[in-house]
Amino acid sequence: MRLTKDLVDLAGWFDRRLQLGKPIKEAMEHRVPRNTASWAYVFGSASLTVMILQFVTGICLAFVYVPSAAQAWTSLQVLNHEQSFGWFIRALHGWGSNFMVALVLIHMIQVFMFGAYKFPRELTWMVGVLLLLMTLGMAFTGQVLRFDQDAYWGLGIGASIMGRVPLIGTPLVHAMLGGPIIAGETLSRFFAIHVFIVPGMLIAFVGVHLLMVLKLGINEWPMPGRVVKRSTYLKEYHELTQKDGVRFVPDAFRKDLVFSGLIILALVVCATLFGPFGPKGQPDPTVVQAVPKPDYFFLWMYAALALLPPNMETVLLLVGPVIAIGFLIALPLISGTGEKSWRRRPVAMLCVLLIIVSLAAFTHLGTSAPWSPEMNAWSSEPVPAKLLAGRSALERQGAVVFQAKQCRNCHALGGKGGQRGPALDNVATRLTGEELVRQVLQGRGNMPAYGKNLSPAETTALVAYLKSLHSPGEAPARDASLVSAVPTPETSADGPGH
Amino acid sequence: MPENTQEAERVQEPQATAKKVSRRQMLMTFGVALNAVAGVLFAIPVVGYIFGPSRRKEMKKELAWVTLGSLTQFPEGETRLATYRNPFVRPWDGDTGNIPCWVRRISADKFQVFAINCTHLGCPVRWFPQSGLFMCPCHGGAYYADGARASGPPPRGLFKYDFKIEGGQVLIKAGQVPTLAQPPSQACLDQPRRCECA
Repeated sequence: MRLTKDLVDLAGWFDRRLQLGKPIKEAMEHRVPRNTASWAYVFGSASLTVMILQFVTGICLAFVYVPSAAQAWTSLQVLNHEQSFGWFIRALHGWGSNFMVALVLIHMIQVFMFGAYKFPRELTWMVGVLLLLMTLGMAFTGQVLRFDQDAYWGLGIGASIMGRVPLIGTPLVHAMLGGPIIAGETLSRFFAIHVFIVPGMLIAFVGVHLLMVLKLGINEWPMPGRVVKRSTYLKEYHELTQKDGVRFVPDAFRKDLVFSGLIILALVVCATLFGPFGPKGQPDPTVVQAVPKPDYFFLWMYAALALLPPNMETVLLLVGPVIAIGFLIALPLISGTGEKSWRRRPVAMLCVLLIIVSLAAFTHLGTSAPWSPEMNAWSSEPVPAKLLAGRSALERQGAVVFQAKQCRNCHALGGKGGQRGPALDNVATRLTGEELVRQVLQGRGNMPAYGKNLSPAETTALVAYLKSLHSPGEAPARDASLVSAVPTPETSADGPGH
Repeated sequence: MPENTQEAERVQEPQATAKKVSRRQMLMTFGVALNAVAGVLFAIPVVGYIFGPSRRKEMKKELAWVTLGSLTQFPEGETRLATYRNPFVRPWDGDTGNIPCWVRRISADKFQVFAINCTHLGCPVRWFPQSGLFMCPCHGGAYYADGARASGPPPRGLFKYDFKIEGGQVLIKAGQVPTLAQPPSQACLDQPRRCECA
C-alpha cells in the first residue's frame, strides 16, 4: 500500500510539472459513436502499430547495415548469417513493410467506402493520401537499400523515367542518382531519404492525422439516407456521441488492441516461417544475366510499364501519377457532402472494385511477365516429340532451326517457351506458307525480321516445319485468292497433318 | 490537485499606445528580415549541396575517354561484352563503378559500341548471336544487331557511345548513365534536342 502511494505521489510530482495527465485522459475518454467500436475500424491503428515496429526494427538494422555501395550487400549477408537474430530483424522489417502497405491500403478502402473523407474530415483524408505516398516511398527506398541486382536495375528504371522529363531530365537524373551513374552516392542518398527524411515526415503527418481524428471525431457508421450537410453535420454528430456514444478507451479501443496484437503475431509468424527477403545477386552491373523485378507491391507498375501503348508512354508515365494523386487529394473537395453509405454510392463502389481488380490483374501479370522473352527456353525446352512425329527430314531440320534461332524464347510449343508471341502449335491453320515466309523474314507487329539471320536453306526448312504445325482434324490455312472455295486435294494435302 | 502555474503567470497583453507599437513593431520587422536573410544564406549552400551533381559544369567534367581493351579482343563480325571502370568514381563505389557495354566490330576499324541499358527503362539488354538480337529481360524490348529497334516498347534503337581507336586500343567516351534525355554520344550533349543523332 505504501509503495502504491509513493508511486501515485511520484506521478503527481511529474504531472504538476508536465501537466499532460488531464489532456491525455480527456483524449482517451473522448466520446465516440457506439457503432464505431467495430472490427471495420481497426486498420488505421494497426497501420500505426506496424509503423512503430518498423521504426524499432529499422533502428536495429542501422546498427549493422553499411550504406556503402561496396559493402551494403556484404553487410546484409552478415545480418542474414552471422549477427544473432540478424535474419529475424531483417525478416520482421521486410514483412513489416508488406504488412504496412497492405494495412494502409485496406484502411484507405474502408475510409472511402464509409464516406469518412466527407465534411468535416476532408483534410484528414488529404493527409492520409500523403501518408500512403510516404508508405509507398518507404517501401521503394527500402528495396533500394537491399542493395542487390534488383535494387541496381530498379534504380536504372527510376533514372530512365526521370530522363523522360522534358528540359530538366538530365539534371533530375543526376539529382536522383547523386552523380552521373548508379553508385555509392546513389545509395547514400536513398539511405538519407529512407532513414531520415521520409520517417521524419511520417511522424509529423501521422501526428496531424491523429490530431484531426481526435478533434473531428471518428466517422460514425454510415446509414443510407443519413446525408452529410455542412450546416447540420457537426450538431448531429455531437448529439450522436452524447445520445449513443461510448468512451474511446476502453469501449472502442478493445478491438483495436486485439487486432493490433493479432497483426504483430502474424508478422512474427511470417518472419519466422518465411525469413528475410534477399538480398539476391550482388549489385554488379557487369553481370548482365539479370532479370530485375520489383517487390510485390510494385509489380502492377512493372506490368503497366510493359503494357502501355509506346507512343503515349512518356505522357502517361509523367502525367498519369500527377492526375491520379491530384484526384485522390481533391476527392473530398469534389464530393465533400451527401450520402456516406456504400449502399447509396454504386458508382463509387464500382470504381473501387474496378481499381482493385485492375491492380490485381496487373500484379498477376507482373508475376509471370508474359511480355518478356524467356531467355533460356531455346536451350532448355526440347521440341515436344508429339510435334516431331511423322515429319519429313526437311521439317525436322526446320525444328532444329526453330530452336537454334531462339524462336522458342518468344513462341511456346506444347505449352513451354516464351509467351511474347503467339504459341505456334497450330500456326499452320492461321498462316499460309507464303505468309509464314514473309512473317519470318520481314517481321511484323512485335516480331523482329529474321531476314539477315537466316540462310535461304534455313528459311525453307523452318517454314516447312511451321507449315506442319496443325492438329490432324484441322485444315491448314490457304490463300482464298488463289484457290476455289472447295478445297482441292492439292491444298488439303499440305503438310502431314499430325 | 495540480497547481496551475501557467494560468497564474500568464501576463496580460499590454494595451500599447501607437508610439510603443511602432518601436516594437520595428524590432519585430527587423527580426523577421534578419532571419529571412540569414535563412537564405543558410539555404543556398544546402540546396547547392543537394543538387550539386546536377550542375552543368559538373556534368561536363564527368565524361572521359576510357579504354575497353585491345583491338584483338574484338573479332571482326562479332559482338562482345566489354566492361570499363567509370571515369568518375568514389572509393566506396565497389562493383557499381564497373560498367558493361556491347562492342560490335563490323570491320577492321568500323565499330559500334552500344550501352547496356535498354532505351525503354534502362534494364540490361543481352546479346543473342544465334538470332542476332539484343533482348531485354524487363518489358520485352528487342533490337537488331546494328542496335536498331526490332520490337517491344523501346522508343528508339540502342544508345551508342562515341568511339576511337588509339594505339591498338578501343576507347569510348563514357561516364554517365545513358537516358533518353542524355544519350552517351558527345554530339548529343551539346545538342540535347537532337537525341536521335546517337
